[in-house]
Amino acid sequence: MTLQVRIQQHLKNFTLDVDFETAADGITALFGPSGAGKSSTVNAIAGLARGASGRIALRDQVLFDSEERIFLPPEERRIGYVFQDARLFPHLSVKRNLFYGWRRSHSRADQQTAEHIIELLGLEGLLERGIKGLSGGERQRVALGRALLMHPDLLLLDEPLAALDQNRKGEILPYLERLRDDLGVPMIYVSHSIEEVTRLADRMVILNEGRVAASGSIFEITARLDLFPLTGRFEAGAVIETQVAEQDPSYAMTRLDFPGGALWVPEIKLPKGADVRVRLRARDIILATESPRNTSSNNILKATVTEIRQDPGAFVDVQLDCGGTLLLARVTRRSLERLALRPGSQVYAVAKSVTLDRRAMLRR
Amino acid sequence: MESFLTEAEIEALLLSLKVSAVAVLAALPFAVGAALLLARKEFPGKGLFNGLVHLPLVLPPVVMGYLLLVSFGTKAPLGAWMLENLGIRFVFSWTGAALAAAIVTFPFQVRAIRLAIEAIDPGLEVAARTLGAGPLDRFVTVTLPLALPGVIAGAITAFAASLGEFGAIITFVSNIPGETRTLPLAIYSAIQTPGGEEAAARLAALSIALALIGLMLSEAAARRVKGLSER
Repeated sequence: MTLQVRIQQHLKNFTLDVDFETAADGITALFGPSGAGKSSTVNAIAGLARGASGRIALRDQVLFDSEERIFLPPEERRIGYVFQDARLFPHLSVKRNLFYGWRRSHSRADQQTAEHIIELLGLEGLLERGIKGLSGGERQRVALGRALLMHPDLLLLDEPLAALDQNRKGEILPYLERLRDDLGVPMIYVSHSIEEVTRLADRMVILNEGRVAASGSIFEITARLDLFPLTGRFEAGAVIETQVAEQDPSYAMTRLDFPGGALWVPEIKLPKGADVRVRLRARDIILATESPRNTSSNNILKATVTEIRQDPGAFVDVQLDCGGTLLLARVTRRSLERLALRPGSQVYAVAKSVTLDRRAMLRR
Repeated sequence: MESFLTEAEIEALLLSLKVSAVAVLAALPFAVGAALLLARKEFPGKGLFNGLVHLPLVLPPVVMGYLLLVSFGTKAPLGAWMLENLGIRFVFSWTGAALAAAIVTFPFQVRAIRLAIEAIDPGLEVAARTLGAGPLDRFVTVTLPLALPGVIAGAITAFAASLGEFGAIITFVSNIPGETRTLPLAIYSAIQTPGGEEAAARLAALSIALALIGLMLSEAAARRVKGLSER
């Protein structure tokens, strides 16, 4: 159950030479700076651009194979595509836009699923409207619904939020999360925003200058020290998977457990056992060689230093193993030397609950 | 009406309307095809093709009529073949007048449709493709409906221009009352006839009225195209 992509293609300004394989479920983020080849790659998967050579296969269906001269045209691929600019048909109503692909699909969503998708996207009230008066966010939701109603084998989203302002982005993200959790349609999500990616994706393929720089699970990739130049150093931080373990209504706090320990965070109103993804930014973590006493922090995690990245300048980045979960911490080089940290050192990582704000908490 | 126009004049008016309507409708599918090729496809000889399509605009109508006569005359190979196999005779027939009007006004149709197609975001056709629509399906459900105001504007303009076609028609199919004598030809005949000044004036007024109505309709259609491309 995988998507295999191997394309070599000489384009105007650069050469695309990507090769990766990802599970055909959940969300795989295609991440990288602009001009890295993200759009060229999804266009090749959709069949909109024809790679010079290579092979693209989804599950057991070969979509493109230059050696065997196989090229399935886009209209036969059953791959949904949500474009940055929505591309709704201006002469059709919202409803007719939504059902455009549905009418043409042989294995389309049944009536009940169709209604469910429309409800998930909050489009019930817009069905009879024209396209003209829709807001950017509404347009993007209609585009999502239109692609999903044909019940695609794979959904490609090419920076679907890039054309929206910050508020509109915040409006769409929960819909994307609901679709991911409810429909089980595998998605390839193109983005250059690490925040969107860490919030939505299960896996990540990082593209740079037309090549795959790294690929793997979101937890593995975000905890790597060698990818900062691509993922952005300032926002660097590991993403960890936790479960709601305890609620403390008197202080409005919630305890989240993960294999390496527990985190107290501002209250999340979720039932016990619910999965919560937490992004621990490297610059919000304090390191200590002894268990700190009398500190205001609620979260002191025992960990082992696994790797240190030294860059010119004041800061160093430290990767920690916390009971099998990888964390990142950023400290000054002065502190690193004062504490004599090296791979294998036992440390205590201190994470202030107040740094774990709403934006760090990613409900699964 | 009967007190204003003579029977022969009414005949000329109705013939004009028939010739123009047939000319526009018969040329329409070809005009859409040519506009689609010019707006969306790159192919060798595109410049030449574009030139041929627009040739009737710059060629003297009498030359067009002459060319039609040499190609579709009953003795010309093409004309003989069509008469024999399809039973269509163009020379000295109203169908010939319609053919001449169709070719002369073809550029008006192509131009309007081409502009309308070029105003459509090609991304919409790509989106339709990812939704499972094949080439014909995309054309019928996306391109054509969005280009429709342009198609209508082009048809109205061509219709109005057809009503006024003189040179190509008189050269190709002559000036036969009841068969090929359209309004402009009737005006010409009236002017040539002693004492026909009054008839000529009546028919001229009628032509002006028809032309104005045509222009206003085409203007309204063009505004609608503009409105579409702006939203």
